[in-house]
Amino acid sequence: MPEVSKLKSNGLASTGQRDQHIYTVSEITQVIKGLLEEKVGEIWLEGEISNFKAATSGHFYFSLKDQGALILAAMFAHANKSLKFNLEDGQKVICFGKVDVYGPRGQYQIIVERIEPKGVGAQQLAFEQLKKKLNQEGLFDAGHKKPLPQMPFAVGIVTSSKGAAVRDILQILKKGAYGVDVILRSVRVQGEPAANEIASAIADLNSLKHLDLIIVSRGGGSTEDLWSFNEEIVVRAIYNSRLPVISAVGHQINTTLSDLAADVFVETPSAAAKMIVDKKNALLAQLSEFRYQLDFSINSTISDLKNRLTAFTHMLKSPRDHLLEKQQQIDELFSGLNYNIRHALELAQQRESGLIQRLEALSPLAILSRGYSLSVLLPQGAILKDAGMIKPGDKLKTVLAKGAFTSLVQEVFRDERKNSV
Amino acid sequence: MKEKTAFEEDLKKLQKIVEELSSGKITLGESLKKYEEGVKIAQACSLTLAEAQRKVELLMKKDGKLSLEKFDDAEIDEK
Repeated sequence: MPEVSKLKSNGLASTGQRDQHIYTVSEITQVIKGLLEEKVGEIWLEGEISNFKAATSGHFYFSLKDQGALILAAMFAHANKSLKFNLEDGQKVICFGKVDVYGPRGQYQIIVERIEPKGVGAQQLAFEQLKKKLNQEGLFDAGHKKPLPQMPFAVGIVTSSKGAAVRDILQILKKGAYGVDVILRSVRVQGEPAANEIASAIADLNSLKHLDLIIVSRGGGSTEDLWSFNEEIVVRAIYNSRLPVISAVGHQINTTLSDLAADVFVETPSAAAKMIVDKKNALLAQLSEFRYQLDFSINSTISDLKNRLTAFTHMLKSPRDHLLEKQQQIDELFSGLNYNIRHALELAQQRESGLIQRLEALSPLAILSRGYSLSVLLPQGAILKDAGMIKPGDKLKTVLAKGAFTSLVQEVFRDERKNSV
Repeated sequence: MKEKTAFEEDLKKLQKIVEELSSGKITLGESLKKYEEGVKIAQACSLTLAEAQRKVELLMKKDGKLSLEKFDDAEIDEK
């Protein structure tokens, strides 16, 4: 083992050979400390955090462990100040530091200078942690969000006066909503001082009474570039803003905590400006709709009145109309009557000519013309139908189809037909 | 600003007039009066929206004191 040879060369073993040296606790601790420093020194160490404690002094104390072992760790205030995320029990981390001995307790420990979460990046973890914390506090609550004014006539913008964001916004507003006043508070939008500048710019714009809303904006960039918009101070400034805040940071892929805290968040600076233009256009459309409805209503009120007037006029004319109606009824009745009479006459005529025909068929003259004759007993003139009506010596008159003659009865046959047959 | 709150109030008033008028429950005389008022408000609102005035200013802070400066956005268009 290298330790053994080192111990020897350190003089410990050789001293022991000669004369048993008696160490004080401090001395041996110093020796151990020196050995550890020299042999182990600065290392990278992987483990899981447990027993995490942040002391009031600002120093952090915790243990790092794996399945087989545990080592105490300390991270002093100067080192943990720049830490982006919070240390928590159970976190898997990779630390950089120096193994040291804490003499007063006889403990060896690692003095951590840097620490990274294992797996996710430190920044990502910090983001998630802050997001969770602020969410629990209610900074992203939908209920806290303020509605945007129907028409923002004066807009405050927090961004860099030299950036692409302000250019995009101003161009779109100039074209689409010219009447909108803009007050720009120029700030740095990345780097160390940016968060403070953005936060105080939001507060400053809030002190201007005539503003309607604030756009907090920055053009697209890497997650690091946009980091200021994830800083707690910025998120809180947005949350506490009296004026409604539109967050327009980066491109669609980045969602910052500022976006979550803002009353409205859009994906790009242009979209924020477009939102205002759209509001204006929507209002113009609504106004023309109102104008149309005004005209429509007044016109229909008037035409409704006209219709009622016409109806009344009709009611006034009514007696004459009534008379005309009656007349028409009479006319109809008349024409019905005419028809009926004519029909009745025709029927009568038809019946009459039928009778005449039948009458003609029954006429005795017509029978005589076929050779029959008609005899009557004189002087009574009774038509003879039965030979029993006469006796010999009676005078008869016989009528023929043409002319007539008288004769005397010589003999009577009661049943001539029978006799002749 | 006075102007701005007036705008939102005007819009509300206009909407109310439109509703009253379309309800058909008011007399012709009232209708005509409301109509006239409505048309005036609508015109005023449209004018406000179409206003050709515009200010772009820069809010500066010096020793904790805020001041407004003109911001020249002409150069922005050229970029």
